Amino acid sequence: MSKVILKAENISKQYRLGLVGLGTVRHDLNRFWHRIRGKEDPYLTIGAVNDRSEKATQEYVWALRDINFEVKQGEILGIIGKNGAGKSTLLKLLSQVTTPTTGVIKSRGRIASLLEVGTGFHPELTGRENIYLNGAILGMTRAEINAKIDEIIDFSGCEMYIDTPTKRYSSGMTVRLGFAVAAHLEPDILVVDEVLAVGDAEFQKKAIGKMQDISKGEGRTVLFVSHNMGSVQSLCTRGLLLENGSIAYEGKIEDVVSTYLSTGKKEVGLSIAERTDREGGEVFRFTDCNILDERETQVLDLISGNKYTFKIGFKSEEDLAGIRFRVRIYDENGITRIICNNGFSSQLLNVKKDTDRFIHCTIPRLPLPNGRYNVRLTCATLHKFLDDLEVAMEFDVVGGDFYGTGKQQVSSEGVMVDHSITLH
Amino acid sequence: MSGKNESWLFEISSKRKWIDLNFKEIWRYRDLLVLFVKRDIITVYKQTVLGPLWFFIQPLFTSVIFTLIFNKVAEIETGIIPAFLFNLAGITAWNYFKICLNGTASTFKTNKGIFGKVYFPRFIVPLSKVISNLVKFGIQMLILTGFYIFYSYTQSDMVTPDWHLLLIPAYVIIMAVYGLGLGMIISTMTTKYRDVSILLGFAMQLLMYLSAVPYPIKALKEKVPEFAWVVDYNPLAHIIEGFRYALFPTDTLQFNWNIFGSIAILGIILFLIGLVLFNRTEKTFIDTV
Repeated sequence: MSKVILKAENISKQYRLGLVGLGTVRHDLNRFWHRIRGKEDPYLTIGAVNDRSEKATQEYVWALRDINFEVKQGEILGIIGKNGAGKSTLLKLLSQVTTPTTGVIKSRGRIASLLEVGTGFHPELTGRENIYLNGAILGMTRAEINAKIDEIIDFSGCEMYIDTPTKRYSSGMTVRLGFAVAAHLEPDILVVDEVLAVGDAEFQKKAIGKMQDISKGEGRTVLFVSHNMGSVQSLCTRGLLLENGSIAYEGKIEDVVSTYLSTGKKEVGLSIAERTDREGGEVFRFTDCNILDERETQVLDLISGNKYTFKIGFKSEEDLAGIRFRVRIYDENGITRIICNNGFSSQLLNVKKDTDRFIHCTIPRLPLPNGRYNVRLTCATLHKFLDDLEVAMEFDVVGGDFYGTGKQQVSSEGVMVDHSITLH
Repeated sequence: MSGKNESWLFEISSKRKWIDLNFKEIWRYRDLLVLFVKRDIITVYKQTVLGPLWFFIQPLFTSVIFTLIFNKVAEIETGIIPAFLFNLAGITAWNYFKICLNGTASTFKTNKGIFGKVYFPRFIVPLSKVISNLVKFGIQMLILTGFYIFYSYTQSDMVTPDWHLLLIPAYVIIMAVYGLGLGMIISTMTTKYRDVSILLGFAMQLLMYLSAVPYPIKALKEKVPEFAWVVDYNPLAHIIEGFRYALFPTDTLQFNWNIFGSIAILGIILFLIGLVLFNRTEKTFIDTV
């Protein structure tokens, strides 16, 4: 069961920056001259670390540098990292689209990639013809496709249009058809990149479910690359964090995700005091906002049903009395889900000038379903607004067990409240 | 289970062998080959009014023009072969070579979308082009056959075909091999330097005139003996000439087994060189294209 199925040994990938021109010819000739004399490629010893924000100092750059990892059979490995960390390059190497500059990737199984769904679709061909073509491109034989064609058509939900050229399809239908084919591949190792970002909510759910079936039920090895921490965490068991072309962290997926999120968190915390997209902030100013869990560690991925405290830092130029604080939580569509206001729930507060105290807003059982949320902070006395920050921070809710039944609310709408439904 | 021993199914690395044509792998992807051929045939003339008629129009018009210019104005002799039929045969053969070469040469350019995302043996693509082009060639051969029969009935001194007709399939294969070989060599250059694909367009135009398409080699040797070597050393000229000889076995055209053998061997060499270059390119072209 725990056999190593894929192994990467010291793989690196070098790219040349800039344009193809006469200089390229010179380098090519030089490289060729070295090769026929049996020497090393002269341009391999140079190359800058891949940090896109820096100005290019050299002509060559290492998109990946000395990557080593192993994947065991049946494992679902999540690969995360910021844009440009080298994720896509790594996947390109794994799916044999290009070869590493140095190093070896060894595999015991067939690799199929899902780098982008619908690869090779021809707009003039019908849906059915494209299923065969796309399937064959991805490595299926005609017999394999024949055996699954009904299942694929059914999964795509395009049955009505299956004998219509795909140029008449909506873009969503094309993507669904493409994913349907890819989801029915049966390679030993499946490489998936961001496919879940397509299609409507219903189809995404179907796609994630299928991914789970593939990996859990059928014991397939999957390498999964995504920016969606929610789906990475729910699908993967182990993770790799890439940073500037090297592995920054490797381990259990929870640790990898929290390492990744904590690198981004500092930026959010820093900016609140200095942000100018606020109303007020002259006399009184929010300076910081963090979410603490029960163990008082900072988090950005919340679990519904757990206890959380919003720890809000501020700076006041004057002694102020009778202050209301409002923490408003709204979803990505701008719909308000929760309003916390000490004017209703507790007492008005008095703050002293230049104090180093914090405001704590505690929610004992977070009632939010899965999703991404924004926090708006407002502060006012009875007479005037003091400070108002529209998007003070963002956080995600990823799973949880609010009702203590082991089941989760499927819909991401509304908030959860304690209730019971019984027959009388 | 094989357990701990280091038995890997395959390795991906930068080291490359000279010829890495994995026949087992290509065989595994045979369904893809069939589907690519089918796709090419189905989609070429979708949404055109005349459809496959375009296959007829191009060689017919070119033959008419060639007959006017080369045979009527320039007075090139084609012996007992009717000039129009002579040109039609040359153009049909040349067209097949040309579309094979062009299709193969643009392999990387036209397929970079797919190649950038999925791995399959890249050699499948030029191979599918050569096969699907056979259909176009077949259609053009039909017209040629039609005119051939027409002339045989209407002209009493027409050449009578003999067993040399059996050489036609051999010449078709040779043309495909040349198209593939040269095409693969060119395709590797176009990935990095686009200049080559611009050059290819007019180079093919010029090459046609140097490949004995609108004249027999013997006629050229009589008229301009000092430049005839250019054509004589061009294997393509001998392929076109040989293809014609298979149809019209007369003295106007030159054919012998030595030439046939040499062009076949040269074709295999070109093909192997092309394959080596193609294999080297297919692994990293996506970084440079």
